[in-house]
Amino acid sequence: MTVVQGVHIDEELFSILEKVSDPEIPVLSILEMGVVRYAVLEDKHVKVKITPTYSGCPAMDVIGDDIKRALSKHGFTSEVELVLAPAWTTDWITPKGRKALEDYGIAAPLEPEADKDVLLHGKRIVKCPQCKSTNTRMVSQFGSTACKAQFQCDDCQEPFDYFKCLK
Amino acid sequence: MEKKDLYNYILGIADNPLILGQRLGELCGHGPSLETDIACTNIALDLFGQTRSYFQYAAKIKGENATEDSIAFLRTEREYTNVLLVEQPNTDFAFTITRQFLFDVYHYLFLEQLQKSKDVNLSAIAHKAIKEVSYHQRFSSDWIKRLGDGTDESKKRMQNAVNDLWRYTDELFHTTESDEAMIAEGIGVDVKKLKNIYYSRINKILEDARLEIPESKWFQKGGKHGLHTEYMGYILSEMQYMQRTYPNMTW
Repeated sequence: MTVVQGVHIDEELFSILEKVSDPEIPVLSILEMGVVRYAVLEDKHVKVKITPTYSGCPAMDVIGDDIKRALSKHGFTSEVELVLAPAWTTDWITPKGRKALEDYGIAAPLEPEADKDVLLHGKRIVKCPQCKSTNTRMVSQFGSTACKAQFQCDDCQEPFDYFKCLK
Repeated sequence: MEKKDLYNYILGIADNPLILGQRLGELCGHGPSLETDIACTNIALDLFGQTRSYFQYAAKIKGENATEDSIAFLRTEREYTNVLLVEQPNTDFAFTITRQFLFDVYHYLFLEQLQKSKDVNLSAIAHKAIKEVSYHQRFSSDWIKRLGDGTDESKKRMQNAVNDLWRYTDELFHTTESDEAMIAEGIGVDVKKLKNIYYSRINKILEDARLEIPESKWFQKGGKHGLHTEYMGYILSEMQYMQRTYPNMTW
């Protein structure tokens, strides 16, 4: 059993769960996202607990189904439970996950103080995932999904998503 | 502890995000700009997500085949106990954003306290929801300042909205019998104690927005006891249409 930040995931399940991704951010595995809190193998049955990023995240039902499908391919029956506590935070996105976000064109979350700066039109610190400039500005606090805000880079002019900091 | 009181208490909390979410959802494709349209529907999504968590819990307490859907869609008007504020119409964007602001500030204060509830389920939902609501509050407060301290036209409309919706604010701090029972159990939030800090917070932002704080001491009430404004029936007839027309339908 591996324990990371209070997470329990059986070693032999890693390779299976790692291939399940967030349907809205396909480059990001649910493990890198920190959504899986518990996955334990009991004989041929797997008990999984996942936590939503946002209460209304429509991806959660799909993720639950995808987990069951992936496990059944390997001959496991499973049950997936949604847990709310402790509440998900962007701190649970792994360094590998943050890198995957950036490569995909989504700016990774910064600290809450940084978010405040952005909102108050203070320091420009969110880095454009395309040209890496920090000469960026927030277009809207709410973006294409609940977890993202819309930004634009004033150097390369590209619009991009910023994964909002949630703590 | 009476099961019925806990059930009623949860509905009293959850009907607010449900009805406000429904109101915001009406703006989908009709928002004043693409960004605000997306923002309002994003907020609606958060609110519906929170509502689902509360209703799933309420359904477990109720038993008898109750589900989150039956609670959301199959009650009559008098059985909804949301405050009157959240059912008020999207008259114009000034009304939409003022209604949001007046609710968000309350919602945040309420969830802050609900996190301390002795009921682990309610506490967990509150811990989750408050993170989302802090974004809602920032969004609506920002717009209050931008429009209140904006053009003559935006200022006039904002002042109208504030004056009109002000009468629905006091009800946020009323309690029902079930509320009082849950407060006594350490489960419920004593909203009466949030009143002063609520008004000091919103007054500060209204002042920053150069808007006048209404002096009226006349307030509306009734929502928490199922007595709604005329708008409620229209909301429900749209919201419940599918379940009433095709009973037990699922997607």
